[in-house]
Amino acid sequence: MSAITLSHVSKSWGAMRAVDDVSLTADEGSLLVLLGPSGCGKSTTLRLIAGLEDADGGAIAIGGVDVTHLTPAQRKISMVFQSYALFPHLSVAENIVFGLRVRRVSRAERDARLRRVADIVGLAHLLERKPAQLSGGQRQRVALGRAIIAEARVCLMDEPLSNLDAKLRHEMRTEIRALQQRLGMTMVYVTHDQTEAMTMADRVVLMRDGRIEQNGSPEELYNRPATAFTARFIGTPPMNLVRQGDHLIGIRPEHIRIVTGGDHAARVKAVEHLGADSIVLCEIDGQPISVRSDGFSKVQPGEDVRLAWEAGHEHRFDPVSERRLEASVQDGRLATSVG
Amino acid sequence: MADRRHLAGSRMTDHAASSPIVSRRAGSQAWWNAVNAWLLLLPAAVLLIAFTHFPILATIRHSLFITRRNGTEAFVGLDSYRAMAADPIFWKALGNNFWFALGTIPTSIALALVMAVWVNRNMRGRGFLRLAYFTPTVLPMIAVANVWLFFYTPDYGLLDQLRGLFGLAGWNWLGDPSTVMGCLIVMVIWKEAGFFMIFYLAALQQLSPDLEEAASIEGASRWYTFRRITFPLLMPTTLFVVINAVINSFKLVDHLVIMTKGGPNNASTLLLYYIYEVAFTFQDSSYAATLTVVLLTLLSGIALLKFGYLDRRIHYQ
Ligand SMILES: Nc1ncnc2c1ncn2[C@@H]1O[C@H](COP(=O)(O)OP(=O)(O)O)[C@@H](O)[C@H]1O
Ligand SMILES: [Mg+2]
Repeated sequence: MSAITLSHVSKSWGAMRAVDDVSLTADEGSLLVLLGPSGCGKSTTLRLIAGLEDADGGAIAIGGVDVTHLTPAQRKISMVFQSYALFPHLSVAENIVFGLRVRRVSRAERDARLRRVADIVGLAHLLERKPAQLSGGQRQRVALGRAIIAEARVCLMDEPLSNLDAKLRHEMRTEIRALQQRLGMTMVYVTHDQTEAMTMADRVVLMRDGRIEQNGSPEELYNRPATAFTARFIGTPPMNLVRQGDHLIGIRPEHIRIVTGGDHAARVKAVEHLGADSIVLCEIDGQPISVRSDGFSKVQPGEDVRLAWEAGHEHRFDPVSERRLEASVQDGRLATSVG
Repeated sequence: MADRRHLAGSRMTDHAASSPIVSRRAGSQAWWNAVNAWLLLLPAAVLLIAFTHFPILATIRHSLFITRRNGTEAFVGLDSYRAMAADPIFWKALGNNFWFALGTIPTSIALALVMAVWVNRNMRGRGFLRLAYFTPTVLPMIAVANVWLFFYTPDYGLLDQLRGLFGLAGWNWLGDPSTVMGCLIVMVIWKEAGFFMIFYLAALQQLSPDLEEAASIEGASRWYTFRRITFPLLMPTTLFVVINAVINSFKLVDHLVIMTKGGPNNASTLLLYYIYEVAFTFQDSSYAATLTVVLLTLLSGIALLKFGYLDRRIHYQ
């Protein structure tokens, strides 16, 4: 039993509501990603789960037990900090077994577990080094090792990859996900990078200004964004939002085609060639819109083109509240822009 | 492509043609750099040599001579050192200095550390507390000595007035060989602890709060975290503070001049005060030089210990 449940949890710093009535559940053995722009309250939410901050209101349960007023240690969790928080004067080995020493685990068991964990995170040859003698990726692995050696059922991670370069980030992403699944941990993973969220998560909780904007599977967030904010946040490049009269319409770049005889006139502003595909940045009535086209797009900046998309791919949002309008897409009544 | 090769080629020939000049220029450049470096070092070097190195050498030389009444010097070799070894007051001063150091250093450092950890926490009036602890350090030493002189005055002093409340008789705190050293030690601890606290406080604020949080998640108690994380990371500061404290304990002289004059019966004579007395009261400059050499040897020993041994065993960030 290691599911994590937050019910109506709030936390303020003075007048600033960093976490505002947040309720969510991370199922046992799943990976939940807290996603959102910087300053939206992800870290605070994670620290509330860890017990490093006290909630102003609401309840937190881990494995069915109310932990709202327990200390971090009593919650039996492990955590990876953004800074890694390695103890600079201790060797890699001592860093990893720190928690076992605190709990007076016998020497024999400590050594056995250290060997196993060092193999898992690939640090067996670096155990005597000090953190300062390691690369960023290696430090990250030490932090990971320290988190998993406790064999806690719950693991919390706060932007663990944000200090790594792009290639390493990609590698570690896969590794962390594989590790989480292999050890069956319940993981809450904080990131501002939607790619990380989409590739790793069982469930994504998108936050905005301390509140939950949308809570769903990566697929749901991508295919059925509940608000224009989600639509703008998910996808590279994100969904295009175009105001047409008093409608707010969203279309994914990959659903738009540049065709002669398309029913939207647009002007090409710039073209980004990514290799496998190209992103053509256009403008419709002064509104930016990006189009993904396969291969090496031949269109030139300044060129006038025509765009088309299928009505079924349109997402409609209330122009004032920016909430998703469900019915309109389903019955296709307003799908006037079929090419 | 061809263009680039041509360019590179032309640059190479250029370089080849001018290379003797370049190297000669590089040579004189290096020479100028050296001259500049020495010129920049000169003011500091002159001061250091004139006021530190030369006096040390002169002192050592002086300790091997005696000055006759007519002003001429006579070489006596190690005679002064033999006299020193037979001088009970020298041994008394050295012993006093040892007990004084032992009494002040560990306590003032421990106090400084405790106060720093306490003041470092988020609480009301933190700024005021910091200032309060630091006050003893900024007060002029003469004023400090006089304030404490009042505390220790027999019958009228603060201490005796407090004793009076319990019906106890007055006590001549500074006039009794059994209490005078204790009184000095208490005063110096009061003065030094706040000063050292500032260093600990600065070091504590450099430590990432993440470390403490990581330890707390692993279930480490406050004391365990302090013992295994905070204290080891403060070791560079502790070393710095210890060295300073030891040096200070050998440098103390002004309080003695005002409060005890080394008495009673040399019970509060410390090494530097003894040197001061020998040199300026007894006017025996060559014996003073001999004592100074001993003091210098002690202090250099401490410095060597720091740079040669301790620095290698301590984790610096
Ligand atoms: N200890 C704190 N004191 C005051 N304000 C804080 C503190 N921690 C976070 N905040 C504020 O709360 C908001 C949310 O912070 P945080 O949870 O760290 O955001 P995120 O991790 O999503 O970038 C921010 O506006 C931040 O300035
Ligand atoms: Mg954060």
